[in-house]
Amino acid sequence: MNSLVVAALLLVLLGVAYSSGWSRSRALAGGGVKVHSRPQYHASYVAIWAMVPALLILGLWAFFGTGLTYNYLLAQIPPDTLSTLDPAALLLTVRRIEALASGYGAAGTVQAFEQAAAEALRTFQFMTFAGVVGLAAIAGFGALAYARSRITARQRARNAVERVIGIVLIACSAVAILTTLGIVVSLATEAFRFFTFIHPFDFFFGTVWAPDNAGGIEHPGKYGLIPLLVGTLMITAIAMLVAVPVGLMAAIYLSQYAPRQLRAVAKPAIEILAGIPTIVFGFFALVTVGPFLRDAGNAVGLSINATSALTAGVVMGIMIIPFVSSLSDDILNQVPRSLRDGAYGLGATQSETIRNVLLPAALPGIVGAFLLAVSRAIGETMIVVLAAGNSPVLRGNPFEPVATITVSIVNQLTGDTDFAGPQSLVGFALGLTLFVITLGLNIFALYIVRRFREQYE
Amino acid sequence: MTDAVSPSGTAPSARTLAIRASLRRRHLVEGLFRALGLAAIILALGFVTLLFADVLRKGVPAFMQSNLHLTVTFDPEVIDVGPAPARNTFTSEAEYSAASLKWQRDVALLNWNKIVETALREAAPAGTEIDTRQLLTVAETNARHQIREAFVADPSLLGRSVEIDVLASANADNWIKGNIDRALGDAQQQLSPAARALIDGFVADGTITTGFAWAVLTNTDSRAAPAAAGLLGAFFGSLWMMLIVIVLAVPIGVASAIYLEEFAPKSRLTDFIEVNINNLAAVPSIVFGLLGAAVFINYLHLPISAPIVGGLVLTLMTLPTIIIATRGALLGVSPALRQAALGMGASKTQMVFHHVLPVTFPSILTATILGVAHALGETAPLLLIGMKAFVASVPVSPLDQATALPVQIYLWQGNENRNFFEPRTAAAIMVLLAFMIVLNGIAIYLRSRLEKRA
Repeated sequence: MNSLVVAALLLVLLGVAYSSGWSRSRALAGGGVKVHSRPQYHASYVAIWAMVPALLILGLWAFFGTGLTYNYLLAQIPPDTLSTLDPAALLLTVRRIEALASGYGAAGTVQAFEQAAAEALRTFQFMTFAGVVGLAAIAGFGALAYARSRITARQRARNAVERVIGIVLIACSAVAILTTLGIVVSLATEAFRFFTFIHPFDFFFGTVWAPDNAGGIEHPGKYGLIPLLVGTLMITAIAMLVAVPVGLMAAIYLSQYAPRQLRAVAKPAIEILAGIPTIVFGFFALVTVGPFLRDAGNAVGLSINATSALTAGVVMGIMIIPFVSSLSDDILNQVPRSLRDGAYGLGATQSETIRNVLLPAALPGIVGAFLLAVSRAIGETMIVVLAAGNSPVLRGNPFEPVATITVSIVNQLTGDTDFAGPQSLVGFALGLTLFVITLGLNIFALYIVRRFREQYE
Repeated sequence: MTDAVSPSGTAPSARTLAIRASLRRRHLVEGLFRALGLAAIILALGFVTLLFADVLRKGVPAFMQSNLHLTVTFDPEVIDVGPAPARNTFTSEAEYSAASLKWQRDVALLNWNKIVETALREAAPAGTEIDTRQLLTVAETNARHQIREAFVADPSLLGRSVEIDVLASANADNWIKGNIDRALGDAQQQLSPAARALIDGFVADGTITTGFAWAVLTNTDSRAAPAAAGLLGAFFGSLWMMLIVIVLAVPIGVASAIYLEEFAPKSRLTDFIEVNINNLAAVPSIVFGLLGAAVFINYLHLPISAPIVGGLVLTLMTLPTIIIATRGALLGVSPALRQAALGMGASKTQMVFHHVLPVTFPSILTATILGVAHALGETAPLLLIGMKAFVASVPVSPLDQATALPVQIYLWQGNENRNFFEPRTAAAIMVLLAFMIVLNGIAIYLRSRLEKRA
């Protein structure tokens, strides 16, 4: 109800302001004077002027209103009653008074002070609401009148409106920077708090990962990063062993050999893989690829765990194929045609041209693409959570379960928002490590790719 | 140096032979290389096919489910409760709601299992020997709630017999579908021999039939009654988050792309912002989850596991994609259009908003839908902001507790009743993928339509 009134007020204000600006401007133009701005700019100008003070007042009330009302309500409860109430009873009393004031009523006998307080509250709520809405309306229409009076033939309304648009645009682009800033600051501060419990040296060079989640601050357990890092790198390496040959060969075939119809079908079909949510790959790894690899291993006498670095790595490799292939495809297409024609002119076959001319020329770009893929593999979470087995032990066998940085973040942080002990804070130290690694890889990769592009432009 | 060119008409010289041999070898390598490329394509496409086939093979059977047709008697001896309170006998809304809550509590405390048991015994062939606990394992545990809700909605049912369809239990469903090996010994079976025999009898006499599993689509998640667990709550959670992403990420993303591409002076700062946005696009999604946990929940105290927080996190994650795509689209607009607008006396703002932006609309729209579809499938950041909690209600506002489709998939794949939940997880994946395919289809359709018009 209340928000409907407010919305109606704002809409009316907007409509009146816009149309009054419009009509004023048209009146000026109708008088045969040469007007600087077109009517819609005068209209927008008046509308902006009218809306800003009204929104400001309503915003202030939205921010401070609840606190003020609550304090008023507390003041209505007799002091001697108030002192006898413990927090739970106070909350109950407040709820009852609010329910009475809203006309819903309260169950059980209503005490006299409750009734009185409810009536006072109802009056207060009505008065303040009417006051705030009235004030907003007065401010809005006042600003409207002032802005309208400023409209003259020479007034540069368009420039003013465009300035406002410019400010809004700048504010929007600040969001991206604020996000980065938020990531860096929140990760760094929480990680710093973690390092007050655990020495950074023990974290970065420790070889045992055994957090004691029930141990409190006295017995935090051991937080050695090395086993997680090894697990992450092992899975990433396996993923790249799958994705690079398949992705690169697919890109070469599609960009150099494939007839146009095949390319038109196969390229989007492969890119479907990039659109599938990672949780789906995780499920696929857990229920299909893992058991398959285990049975295949048994058949040749290898002991492979169903959830292992191999399972997670293979499926992650499948996920990254389109990433590698489309980036490589782009880069192969950027190599100048003259290089290829030169090789053909010397009598090279198509594959010789590709292997001896095209690939060496495209190498920096392709390496950049691979690094981007590596960074993606390192940060991937759901596949590893489901299919890597979560066993944070330092070992080199890819057929055994492993744990990664991302898995440990999920394990240490899910559902827990009381960031008091090292058990949950370690998630931020791991997140910071992950952020720095992927950021380094990305910057390096983008630098390489950009250098490569400039070379041929 | 004398080149030994063989005169025409004579036998080929040793050099020609060597060249021919080397050519044969080179062509063989060429063919092999080409075959390798084709093999890579086939392999990649094979993975796509395998993935979809696997999900379909596992998920499709889960859309069929066993139902029990029971004749339920609302026995007044068991349902020993007064009439429901009427609104007009109370002075205030509060008194009435307190009384009717008390009545519902009284109703809930009745022995509804007795009603279910009687109905099951009536349906069973005469002379069936089975104890109550085993008998009740045939129907899903929510049967008693379903019957109770029917009574609360219509108290005049008291004393009458009505036909009600309830779900067969998850274990019964497994047994009927053969998800559990029928040859296993009694110790490994979830159901007792008597219950299994009864179920087989029910299937034979038509008391249990298999129908479309509406529960998957119309119910919320349920722990106590696995056969009744559905995706409705998760679906609405995802919908709220997508709404927030669309409302926030699109205007902010497009506006900042316009600023960076059209207005920003070329300076160190704008270079920094550009690098920053490119990097933000490649930051692992789990890091955004950490940001959400630290800033939105721990610092701003927004409600835990609410779509608003999930939506904000996904917005921040989607922003760089939309900014980069919009910038690309703006960059692609022909300079002639800009110069023509400026030449006619348009200001820079007018040029951008009246002439450049409308041309890029199809690309921006496509990028937006693809970005939103990507956000829809994201799981990891949502786990970190508490959306992993079990929620059995439909969120009516973005501040309510909720879960999301991908998180529901994550929760279901971890359920202990693997035989039942593995197919149901695959079914949930099918719903998620269908949702994404629809979004992508809309993007492709709108793009082709708008581009034709432009």
